[in-house]
Amino acid sequence: MAKRVGMEVAIAASEAVALCNIDMAAVYPITPQSHIAEHLSDIVADGRIDAEFVTVESEHSAISCVAGASATGARVYTATSSQGLMLMHEILPIVSAMRLPVVMGIANRAVSGPLNILNDHTDIMSQRDCGWVVLFVENGQEAVDLTIQSFKIAENKDVMLPTCVNIDGFQLTHMVEPVEFPDQKLVNKFLPPRKPYATLHPDKPVTMGTFAMGDIFPEVMKAKDEALKGAKKVVLDVFAEWKKMFGREYKLVETYKTEDAECVFVTMGSMGETAEVAVNELRKAGVAAGLVKIRLWRPFPFEEFRAAIGKAKLLMVMDRAIVHGGMGGPVSVEIKSALYGEKNPPAVHDYIMGLGGRDVAVDDFEAMAKKSLEAYRKGVEKDYEFYGVRG
Amino acid sequence: MSLIQNFDLYAPKLVDRKEYLCSGHRACQGCGEVLGVRLVCKGLGDDVVIANATGCMEIVSSMYPFTAWEVPWIHVAFENAAAVASGVEAGLKALRRKGKIADRDVKVVGMAGDGGTMDIGLQALSGAMERGHDMMFVCFDNEAYMNTGIQRSSGTPMGASTTTSPAGKVSMGQKTWKKNVAEIMVAHNVPYVATVCPSYPLDLIRKVEKAKKVKGPSYIHCFTVCPTGWRSSSELTIALGRLAVETLIFPLYEVEDGKYRITVDVENPRPVEDYLKHQGRFRHLTPDQTKMIQERVYQEYNKLLDKVENLQAWSDLKYDLGMLD
Repeated sequence: MAKRVGMEVAIAASEAVALCNIDMAAVYPITPQSHIAEHLSDIVADGRIDAEFVTVESEHSAISCVAGASATGARVYTATSSQGLMLMHEILPIVSAMRLPVVMGIANRAVSGPLNILNDHTDIMSQRDCGWVVLFVENGQEAVDLTIQSFKIAENKDVMLPTCVNIDGFQLTHMVEPVEFPDQKLVNKFLPPRKPYATLHPDKPVTMGTFAMGDIFPEVMKAKDEALKGAKKVVLDVFAEWKKMFGREYKLVETYKTEDAECVFVTMGSMGETAEVAVNELRKAGVAAGLVKIRLWRPFPFEEFRAAIGKAKLLMVMDRAIVHGGMGGPVSVEIKSALYGEKNPPAVHDYIMGLGGRDVAVDDFEAMAKKSLEAYRKGVEKDYEFYGVRG
Repeated sequence: MSLIQNFDLYAPKLVDRKEYLCSGHRACQGCGEVLGVRLVCKGLGDDVVIANATGCMEIVSSMYPFTAWEVPWIHVAFENAAAVASGVEAGLKALRRKGKIADRDVKVVGMAGDGGTMDIGLQALSGAMERGHDMMFVCFDNEAYMNTGIQRSSGTPMGASTTTSPAGKVSMGQKTWKKNVAEIMVAHNVPYVATVCPSYPLDLIRKVEKAKKVKGPSYIHCFTVCPTGWRSSSELTIALGRLAVETLIFPLYEVEDGKYRITVDVENPRPVEDYLKHQGRFRHLTPDQTKMIQERVYQEYNKLLDKVENLQAWSDLKYDLGMLD
């Protein structure tokens, strides 16, 4: 049994990257990703892993640089946040179309303006449709485990897609949490060296990233879509293997006290633990509350989500981003789409909250539940609300 | 079949017969850029990986499912060829060190047009050169955004009419002087910087060979005639390249370890008029405007001569460690 240590989550995430024996990383500093970048540079500087560490001049070059390295067959990593992810945006769908298994850590942060360095999910939600596998973690242990798993998912021959691990900025990245690191030998067994499909080398010249018009472009898009959908099975296999080797179990959608739940919170990321406490408090007060936590955001696990909510009559979705001019937040929009056509679907109440680092405490979950239950019992329709926001 | 007649007679040892950019690509008739790429590849030989920016060369050479490239080649986007090249270099370096690929030198070469180098790609290029990757970057400068339809770039020369700097009743066309990226690269302490033109194939190949041998970054600025964008006859491509050199508009030189050297001497410079008059993009210029361009050309050439005459190689510079006392 590996020893548990107390460690800042950003640092733990870079230690996980080191366990994966990467060949190359390219990073550009941005708050709150910076501790990941700094610690990874320490690991390389101390010779603990044999890797090239490229300190690029922008995030646009960071993603371009790891894409180039990935094309040589190297195992690569980058990390960013917020504006950095926005600057990478142009390249993200190219990386997935080129089927390069880049792994990226995202220390989630609000997107300007106004300038803000604290946590919400606007950065990753703006990159929703880029064809990446998108995972969310709730605590330090998950940040470690899912970072390692991401390389295995991304590099799987049936996936070959970039994968990102979302770690809530500050609220998770800068917390000291108990973390258990898997043994290096076991990680080596779990994650053998990458076997690339094609590489850039004169021994076997290939052309990558060609120009494609309407006669082939849609086929490339379809192939990417099918690979991404197919990634769900691979994620499940990777979770199963992880459980077998390391004992910790992961699901695409986690549930907490949903069996008999009437109303269910839906969260992604670090607020899941706060929501668990709120569920316990609500149950003490006689409310049959439950919680569903989405771990895999892309591809969205529709079946698993429908199964997870069970017979709940009311879903309270916690959205940390907005679909401006649309129907609330991106998670609720996805869920409504998942429930479309279901017999007797639950009511979906969407709360847009926790933007730009605003705290969401146990009390807030309880207050939202109270609001939703009142409306639900009166039969009042409710779509979305900026929770606790003035004006 | 080789299009060069009597090739075996005059250049068997000077030029690689092997083609690395094969025929069948979709470049325009008389394209100076595709010729430049072909010759650069001959200078590079086999052990290379090319990272190409979006632009004419990418479009004409890689229309799926075809490729004109006989060497490993990657295209990701427009402004990031230097960043992608630096990543390829870092990847190959790590894999070689870790024994995962063959243990031999492979040169990584970034390629972009003037827009992809001098405008949108300048930051990525500056970063890659500053970081000192073992890579070469070649700018194929045809002096405007030709792939999107002849819009001006910072490589467009003063007075040229383009689709976004058109000559009009109150405009002479491009109103700014061409950006000198070769000098910007010298300022990055890049150990080898050179200007080339496919109209001087042996000079070009020799410089590429030299750049390839550099351990670290190198930069080559390749002047490429674009008949489509310059409104010139396609059979004049080679002649216009020579005229650009003979009028001192585009001098061929190299900067090795900070030491400037002109590689193609021009004993009797021709007036710029001889170069400008063959191109529709300069058709509207008045004698006064031509004179202004002539003066600037002399001034720029004199600045270059001054460096050739007065600057020493960086490694030859004498300094006194006590001078700060």
